[in-house]
Amino acid sequence: MTTADLLGKIIQVVAALAAFSLVIGLVLFLIDKAPKRGRDYWQLAFFLLPALILLAVGLIYPAFRTSLLAFSNSSGEWVGAENFIWMFTQPAALVTLGNTVIWVVVVPILSTTIGLAYAMFIDKSRGEKYFKALVFMPMAISFVGAGIIWRFVYDYKSGDNAQIGLLNQILVWFGGEPVQWLQTSPINTFLLIVVMIWIQTGFAMVICSAAIKGVPTEQIEAAQLDGTNPWQRFTNVTLPGIRGSLVVVITTISIATLKVFDIVRTMTAGNFNTSVIANEMYTQAFRAGEQGRGAALAIVLFLLVLPIVIYNVRVLRQQREIR
Amino acid sequence: MSDNVVDLPIPGAKTSKADTAAEVVGKSARVKRRLTSRTATVVALVIAVLWTLPTFGLFISSFRPAGLISTTGWWTIFQNPGFTLANYQEVLFSTSQSSPQLGAYFVNSLAIAIPATLFPLVIAAMAAYAFAWIKFKWSGGLFVLIFALQIVPLQLALIPLLQMFTQFLRPGQAWVHDLIPMIPEQGYLPVWIAHTIFALPLAIFLLHNFISEIPGEVIEAARVDGASHGQVFFRIVLPLAVPALASFAIFQFLWVWNDLLVALIFSGGTQDVAPLTQRLAELTGTRGQDWQRLTAAAFVSLIVPLVVFFSLQRYFVRGLLAGSTKG
Repeated sequence: MTTADLLGKIIQVVAALAAFSLVIGLVLFLIDKAPKRGRDYWQLAFFLLPALILLAVGLIYPAFRTSLLAFSNSSGEWVGAENFIWMFTQPAALVTLGNTVIWVVVVPILSTTIGLAYAMFIDKSRGEKYFKALVFMPMAISFVGAGIIWRFVYDYKSGDNAQIGLLNQILVWFGGEPVQWLQTSPINTFLLIVVMIWIQTGFAMVICSAAIKGVPTEQIEAAQLDGTNPWQRFTNVTLPGIRGSLVVVITTISIATLKVFDIVRTMTAGNFNTSVIANEMYTQAFRAGEQGRGAALAIVLFLLVLPIVIYNVRVLRQQREIR
Repeated sequence: MSDNVVDLPIPGAKTSKADTAAEVVGKSARVKRRLTSRTATVVALVIAVLWTLPTFGLFISSFRPAGLISTTGWWTIFQNPGFTLANYQEVLFSTSQSSPQLGAYFVNSLAIAIPATLFPLVIAAMAAYAFAWIKFKWSGGLFVLIFALQIVPLQLALIPLLQMFTQFLRPGQAWVHDLIPMIPEQGYLPVWIAHTIFALPLAIFLLHNFISEIPGEVIEAARVDGASHGQVFFRIVLPLAVPALASFAIFQFLWVWNDLLVALIFSGGTQDVAPLTQRLAELTGTRGQDWQRLTAAAFVSLIVPLVVFFSLQRYFVRGLLAGSTKG
C-alpha cells in the first residue's frame, strides 16, 4: 500500500461522511425555510424518504427480481421450475439440502443444551462474570476467524510427522491414526457444525442465564422445602419458567444456522460434501454463473426461514402481553 | 404439605423419631447438593477450557517461529520454546508479493465499517422519528412492512443489487477516478450502500422502539414553542436516544467488520476495497498450510472485535441480543 493509496482511501471516507452530513444539513435548512403551507409534508418526506427509497430500490425490488430469476436459466430465458427440479434431483444439490437439514437440527439443540447447562452450573458461582466472558467471546469474532481457529485444530500431518492439530494429536495419544478431518465425509460436516456450536453456545448461555435469574427465588425455595432434588427443581420449576426465552434462543439460532455461509466457505469452500444452501447459492450465482439456480436456492432459503421467523415473532408478542 | 406436620413441637418419643428422620433427610440432601455442585463445577470448568483452548492455541502459535509451528504442536511450547514477532511484522508490513500485506486490508475494514455504521444509524433514526412522532396516513402499515422486511435474507437481494450497481454506479465511479486518480475506480461506495440497505429494517425497528418511548410531553412542548421537526430531532430526540444508538452502532460495526458475504460480492476483491475477512478467506484457500501467516493474520482481524467486546461488554451484549436475527 503506497501513501497515495492510503490518501485515496482517507479522501473517500472523509468525502463521503462530509457529503452525507452536508446533504442532510442543507435539506434540513431548506425545509425550515419552506413556505408554511405544506411544510409538514416536506418534513415528513425528509425524514422518511431516504430510508423508504433505499429499501424499495435495494431490497424490495431486488427480492422480486430474484423471484423471477429463479425461473430463468443462465442466459435469462424462462425455464419454469427447472431450477427447482435441478435442486431436488441432482445428487450434489441433494447433499447440500441434506447437510442444511443436519445443520439446522444439530446446531440449535446442542448449542442451547450446552449453553443452558453451563448457565445453570455457573449461576451464582464465584467468578460468574469471567466464566461467561470465556464462553461468550466467540460471538465477538468473525466466522472467518473462527474458521481459521478450528482449521488449526483439525490440521493433519501425514505419517510420522508430529501433529500440529490438537484433534489429531489427541487421537495419536490414544493410539489412533491421524485423519484428514476436513476431507473425510461425512464427519467433516459435523466438524464444521462444531464451529457453529462453539460460536452460538455463548448466545444461548447469556439469554438463558438472564432468564434463570428471572425465575422467582420463592418458587425454587418452596420446591426445596418440598424435598425435591436439584434435577426435579430444574425440570419442574426452572424449565417452565424460562420456556419463552428457550424458544427465542432456539429459533434465533436456527435462523442463523440456515444462513450459515462464512464457516463453510473458509473451511472447505463446500467441497468434500460439506456444502449448505447459503454457500451453494453463492457458488452457483457468483462463481459458476448460474444465476437462475442461485436465485432458486435463495428462494428456498427464504421459504425455510419464513415459518421460524413468524413463530419467533408470535412468541415474542405473547411474552410482551404477559408482561 | 403433610411433611410440615413433623416440624411442630410434639412432646414424646415421636419427636426424637421425627428429628432423626429430618436429620437423615438433611444430611442426604446436603451430600447430594455438594455432589451436584462439585460435578457442576467440574463440568463448567471443562466447558470453559474447551471453549477457550482453540483460540488460545492459535494465539500462542502466532508468536512461534515458522519452523516450529509447522513441525511441533503449540502444546509442546515448553519443550520447544521460541518467541518471535516476525509473523506479525510479515503479515502487516512486508511488501513482498507473496505476503498477505494486511495493512491495506485493515485500513479497508475500518474505511468500510465506519461509514457503513454511521449512514444507516442516521437514516434509520430519522425514519424511526417519523414513524414515532409525525402523524401521517399509512404510518402503521408502512411500519409493519419495514418490520416484515427483516425476514428477507440478504441472499435474496444480492444478484439484482450487483447488476444495478454495475449498471448505474460504475459510470459515476469511473468519472470520479478520472477526476481524482488517487481514488480507485472500484471504490467503497457499493459496499457502503449495500451494508446501509441491509441494516435499515432492523435499525428502524429497534430505534423506533426506543424513540417512541420518549415522553410525549417533551416533544409536544418543543413543538408548541415553535420548534420544527428537524430541531426536535437533533436537539431533543438524538441526545435522549444515545444508549439505543450506541448499542445499535456497536452491533452494526461488528457485523460489518466480521462480514464476508457482502464484501465478497460488492468489493471486487482488490487491495483497494476488500476488507480483512475477505483477505483471510482468500489466504486459507490459497495458503492453507502457511500457519505462521494464518495465525498472525487471524489475530490481526480479531483484535478489533475483542477490544470492543472486553471494553464495551454491556453495550455489546445489549446490541447483540437486539440484533441477533439480522442477516
